[in-house]
Amino acid sequence: MLAGLLDSLYGGISIGAVLLIAALGLAIVFGLMGVINLAHGELMMLGAYTTFVVQNWFKSLGEPWFETYILFAIPIAFLVTALVGLILERGVIRFLYGRPLETLLATWGVSLILQQFVRSVNWVMVIGIALFCLLFFGALWVISRRADRERIRSWAIPIMVVLSLGIAFTIGKVLSETFELALTKPWFGTQGVDVTAPTWMRGGWLVELPEGSFQLSYVRLFIIGLTILCITGIYLFLQRSAWGLRIRAVTQNRSMSACLGIPTGKVDALTFAIGSGLAGVAGCAISLLGSVSPNTGQDYIVNTFMVVVVGGVGKLVGSIVAALAIGTMNYLIGSGILALLFQPIEPLFDLFTFFATTSMAKVMVFALIIIFLQIRPGGIFPQKGRSYEL
Amino acid sequence: MTSDSVIEIPGIDQRRKRRQSLLIEGGVVTLIALLLIIVFPLVLSDFRLSLLGRFLALAIAALAIDLIWGYTGLLSLGHGIFFALGGYALAMHLTLAPLEGDSLPEFMSLYGVDKLPWFWQPFDSFGFAVFAVIIVPAVVGGLFGYLVFRNRIRGVYFSILTQAATIVFFNFFNGQQKLFNGTNGLTNYQTLLGADVNATRTQFIFYTITILLLVVSYALCRWLTQGRFGYLLVAIRDDENRVRFSGYNPTGFKVLVFAISAGLAGIAGAMFTLQTGIVSPKAMDIAFSIEMVIWVAVGGRATLVGAILGALVVNFAKSILSENFAESWLFFQGGLFLLVVTVLPSGIVGWWRYSGYPVLLSLFGKRKEVITYPSLEEDPEVQREREEISH
Repeated sequence: MLAGLLDSLYGGISIGAVLLIAALGLAIVFGLMGVINLAHGELMMLGAYTTFVVQNWFKSLGEPWFETYILFAIPIAFLVTALVGLILERGVIRFLYGRPLETLLATWGVSLILQQFVRSVNWVMVIGIALFCLLFFGALWVISRRADRERIRSWAIPIMVVLSLGIAFTIGKVLSETFELALTKPWFGTQGVDVTAPTWMRGGWLVELPEGSFQLSYVRLFIIGLTILCITGIYLFLQRSAWGLRIRAVTQNRSMSACLGIPTGKVDALTFAIGSGLAGVAGCAISLLGSVSPNTGQDYIVNTFMVVVVGGVGKLVGSIVAALAIGTMNYLIGSGILALLFQPIEPLFDLFTFFATTSMAKVMVFALIIIFLQIRPGGIFPQKGRSYEL
Repeated sequence: MTSDSVIEIPGIDQRRKRRQSLLIEGGVVTLIALLLIIVFPLVLSDFRLSLLGRFLALAIAALAIDLIWGYTGLLSLGHGIFFALGGYALAMHLTLAPLEGDSLPEFMSLYGVDKLPWFWQPFDSFGFAVFAVIIVPAVVGGLFGYLVFRNRIRGVYFSILTQAATIVFFNFFNGQQKLFNGTNGLTNYQTLLGADVNATRTQFIFYTITILLLVVSYALCRWLTQGRFGYLLVAIRDDENRVRFSGYNPTGFKVLVFAISAGLAGIAGAMFTLQTGIVSPKAMDIAFSIEMVIWVAVGGRATLVGAILGALVVNFAKSILSENFAESWLFFQGGLFLLVVTVLPSGIVGWWRYSGYPVLLSLFGKRKEVITYPSLEEDPEVQREREEISH
């Protein structure tokens, strides 16, 4: 009984820890720019796939190296997703500031593209994309050096898009026909892939209790540790570094910061990159918990959003409390341990048994969140201010 | 009172003009409806016609989205819920219809249910099912809306909450094997009011009814978005706080419009279910709910016509593209989202209004006059002054 309860609590906290890393990125981006990134889940998925790639790479290096792959995978996942985030911000979101709902739709489009990209990416596609970028941006560079760039820009860009697309597509087609399967085979495919934890992370730490025992698995301990590390890192970055100060300033008052000479565009890009990078780290963590598929992001994303809604914007503490609360609630209700707790009280027991599956637990947690928002519509720690807005 | 009469009362001339344009619009709508009912069945193959019927049902859902997103500024990412609820309401009747006496639907006996659950029982009557198609989604939408809008939760927060609600309803319907046949959903309908559901004739009747419903929904939305109520919706979209400071309470209006929109989506779901012969939790997929939004965005927000157009265009494009390149549809769809938001923010209809039509006019040598403020242009004082200046 107690062992079961503690076991669920532990599981819930570790899930909450993953949610927390992901939500942290989402929350600082939302607090800064008012942008909700629907592709955040896909960035997590990219992080997970990066871990998979790094793992395979280290596997080929041999046994002693394989044990350490996770230590390299985390920073690499961070960098890869941060780069994707940076491209996303510079390429799309930058043009949509002040239009949060449109940004929502645009990022959803990006998430669809990323999902399908992971499903069908192969060498031909990569070569095609690289060619396109080379041609298109090369041409852009040439234009930017001409004196009459303003005049020819408007009609040159569409032509160049079509031309580069055409060339890239044709070369890709030719390549795929000459080399057949060697190049056109998808890297990952639609099936999920599995990441194996290094040997030192398998198993767990057995805790003996008077009426039974339960295991604290090392993987989950590692994840909790990783979360603590991330939070401390972000806290120190925001509070102690010059760029952290700028980020906080822009979060509080964008136009005033701009007046004082803070490059808000750079701050946005940097913050978005860091937020995305955190999603990558979260993806690294979820790859340790189970199989990774192109849909992985979707499973976590809604809970992550709920963390942002419940936690309130712009407060680290709010996100922490909300993530842990939601993760634990999900686990407690879903594993049926609450039903066991309320066994003496018949109606409550029936209620909790009805909700005692993973998917039904989400139903109940959502209902609880809606009730909670009736009491505190601004989240646990709403931002204080004199604005009449919520 | 006096100042009111100066600004408000439009001249008889203007009123007549308005009535005329309304008549023209009504004529066009009737013409299109007749065209769809009489001519298209002769021209199109059965397969394309059934597709068209389905997409017209989806167009009703698009109208619902346009009403709340285009006019009221509430981006709902959860209209799939209401769509599916409408579908389920009708499907429950269709499942019960061929049964005799106390027998249970097949899947229920399979999962060992021995008595029809209480909320299934009223669906035995067709009248109740039709009533429920509209009322159940409207009540669910209204309740959800009330709980959310009451706390002035709006904007992105509202969108996220609706999205989460989608997941929740999906999980609920997906998980309840005994009550709703879980993942498989309700399917294999036989009869409706004694008629064979799968007969070509019956399907054609459904197609016709869909068109009529679409016309009615369009008229309803048109009526709602005009006049005071429509202005209020737009005001809520543009500056909710100012509406509040002007002495209105936006909450009630938002709840009302959300409930109406949910009811419309329910109708759409029911008609879609009739024509596809299945309703499953898939209709509550997040992706489907967001797709609805993109139909409206592609067609043009706050134009109503745009919503219908967008639903048809995107769905036909989807069916053609996925017939030919099954895998790349997601790329296209994602690209469509990006394109519409960045390059074509006011959709096809908006583009036509603000760029296409004037360009066409200028091609024929006609230059459209720039009117900054229509009521000002029509003011006799201003016109007289203009004449004096030109002399």
